Amino acid sequence: MVSTILRRLAHMLFVMVGISALVFLIFFATPGTDPAARIAGRNATPATLAAVRHEFGLDRPLPVQYVLMMDHLFITQNLTSFVNRGEKIVPEIVEAAPVTLSLVLGAGVVWAAFGVLVGLLAAAFKDTVIDRALMVFSLIGVSMPVFWLGEVVNLVTQSRLHDTLLFSWVPTLGYVPLTQDPFGWFKALVLPWITLAVLYIGIYGRVLRANLVEALQEDYVRTARAKGLSARAVLIRHALRCSMISFVTLFGLDFGALVGGGALLTEVVFGLQGVGALTFHALEDLDLPMIMATVIYASFFVVISNAVVDILYAVFDPRVRAR
Amino acid sequence: MSASDLLAAPPAGWDEPALPGEPAQGYWSSAFAKLRHDRSAIVCVLVLVAVVVACMAAPLYARYVLRGDPFQSNVSGTTMVGGKEVAVLQQATNGLGLGLTPIGPQWRFGPYMLGADSQGRDVAARLLYGGQNSLLIGGVATLICLTLAACTGLVAGFAGGVIDRIISIFLDVLWAFPIYLLAISLSIVLINESLHIGPITIGGNSLAVPMIIIGLVYVPYVARPVRGQVLSLRHSEFILAAEGIGASPVRILWREIFPNVFSTLVVFAPLMMALNILTEAALSFLSIGVQPPAASWGTIIHDGDGLIYTRPWVAIAPGIAIVITVLALNILGDSLRDALDPRAKVRLH
Repeated sequence: MVSTILRRLAHMLFVMVGISALVFLIFFATPGTDPAARIAGRNATPATLAAVRHEFGLDRPLPVQYVLMMDHLFITQNLTSFVNRGEKIVPEIVEAAPVTLSLVLGAGVVWAAFGVLVGLLAAAFKDTVIDRALMVFSLIGVSMPVFWLGEVVNLVTQSRLHDTLLFSWVPTLGYVPLTQDPFGWFKALVLPWITLAVLYIGIYGRVLRANLVEALQEDYVRTARAKGLSARAVLIRHALRCSMISFVTLFGLDFGALVGGGALLTEVVFGLQGVGALTFHALEDLDLPMIMATVIYASFFVVISNAVVDILYAVFDPRVRAR
Repeated sequence: MSASDLLAAPPAGWDEPALPGEPAQGYWSSAFAKLRHDRSAIVCVLVLVAVVVACMAAPLYARYVLRGDPFQSNVSGTTMVGGKEVAVLQQATNGLGLGLTPIGPQWRFGPYMLGADSQGRDVAARLLYGGQNSLLIGGVATLICLTLAACTGLVAGFAGGVIDRIISIFLDVLWAFPIYLLAISLSIVLINESLHIGPITIGGNSLAVPMIIIGLVYVPYVARPVRGQVLSLRHSEFILAAEGIGASPVRILWREIFPNVFSTLVVFAPLMMALNILTEAALSFLSIGVQPPAASWGTIIHDGDGLIYTRPWVAIAPGIAIVITVLALNILGDSLRDALDPRAKVRLH
């Protein structure tokens, strides 16, 4: 058990080093390009270029450059933007994180609830009209670009039907901090939550249906039926419980991926100033240090959350635990 | 399976009689027979063919219907509406009356049937030309992804040992890297400067940039299942037999293992293409995919972003095109899986 966890943590560290090295190579060692010019942004003066070269040690060997980059990012945390002069980058990310977390947490609740509902209904009414309709809708949800869906939602709720009773409550786009106004926070985020959740409701509904259909063939389900349990009890207490293991694992992975950059498009469309939107605006300004920082921080978050999911999985699932 | 099929002469090279009651059929032909009777698969293929043909016909539309260049901005142009000449960009009537509003959809076959964008360019024509790029990028990225994934998965699974460890770690890193952040990092470096690798120069506005980026980021999605499959095949008896008669590793990989993995790749192809088209749209929407003046479905949605409340169809139309294409690919992928991989080893997500 302990050795499993230790091994998983070692693997996590390994992947983190790998990712940081990859980011470093992309930004500093792409052949035929000048990293100094890229980091300094558009129309940089020679003085700025020289400052960048000095700060990132661009005239020194690559390993030194790598260490300097990691030092700026994690130890001194004094990485500054050259586009928006004097802007400290790490505090900006810390400030934007609650927005992204609020968005992804709420969306996660929505998609977990509806994903289970869709999967259960489809499995319970397997091969009927209900099953087919649910699966078609799920597939449509999976096939929609999230930013396009967001724009259509905005079109309807902010403009076309905004003056009707249905959507007059919708506030203008933007984020309201939870600590300031909890109800305003909810109103501002409920449409982004649903928009972001649509794709995952589709995926989870389909995966759960497949798992349930498989589970319903298993011996333990036959035993439960033979005991005389009702169909609903068999489905929910026996089949669903076992299928939830993979559901929860998947949830952990997707949750991590969304916080680590996957929610970027939703944030941009709904004007939420989260970490993803920060990355996007840095992209528009060609603000390389900012992009580097958000990319590293977000991907580290993903790696750590994946490791946590795996460890929890080992703790909770007796079959893995025994190994 | 009809009676005549059962009675038909066995295919050439078939020298053993089929078991009684069991039709003699190969893996691929039985899969194809299943697909032929799958109505939704056939509908999807027809839809995809229609989308491709329509996009290929873009130059015809531009030449004979629009009679104009959909890549040139047309801010002072005019068009005929109901026999009257109307400016393509009209003075805005709402709000302060400032700025220009492009002409809206005409909803009949002819110029500006889906309206114009903010530069007075015909949306329908851009939709068709954009579709060419979206489909091309999606297709080529799928080929790149499947080829790389097959190579890495086969080599890692077959070689084992240190090589497997190194490849697996590389795949793990790529897998844990958030897709959009990886794509953003790669494209910001590649798009603003051209890339020189030896004699090859790839310009920043080349379609090759999004193709390569999208092709790369999804490699672990396919390579990991391929590696797993090779690992389980590695110690099966037919490989042992091949080794026993002295077949070289290359021959075993190519003649014994690859055919087994190939069906996995076929099942992945439409699913990956669907994912790639969505990713291309997202990158282009973030303006790091296809670069102007070239269009793709994603860039048109980006163009329509500013017009969403006044001329929503600029953004809605390409979105519908994406949904139709991706949905057809996804359903086709499901049917292919049912036909080729009944035990459903392949699962995206």
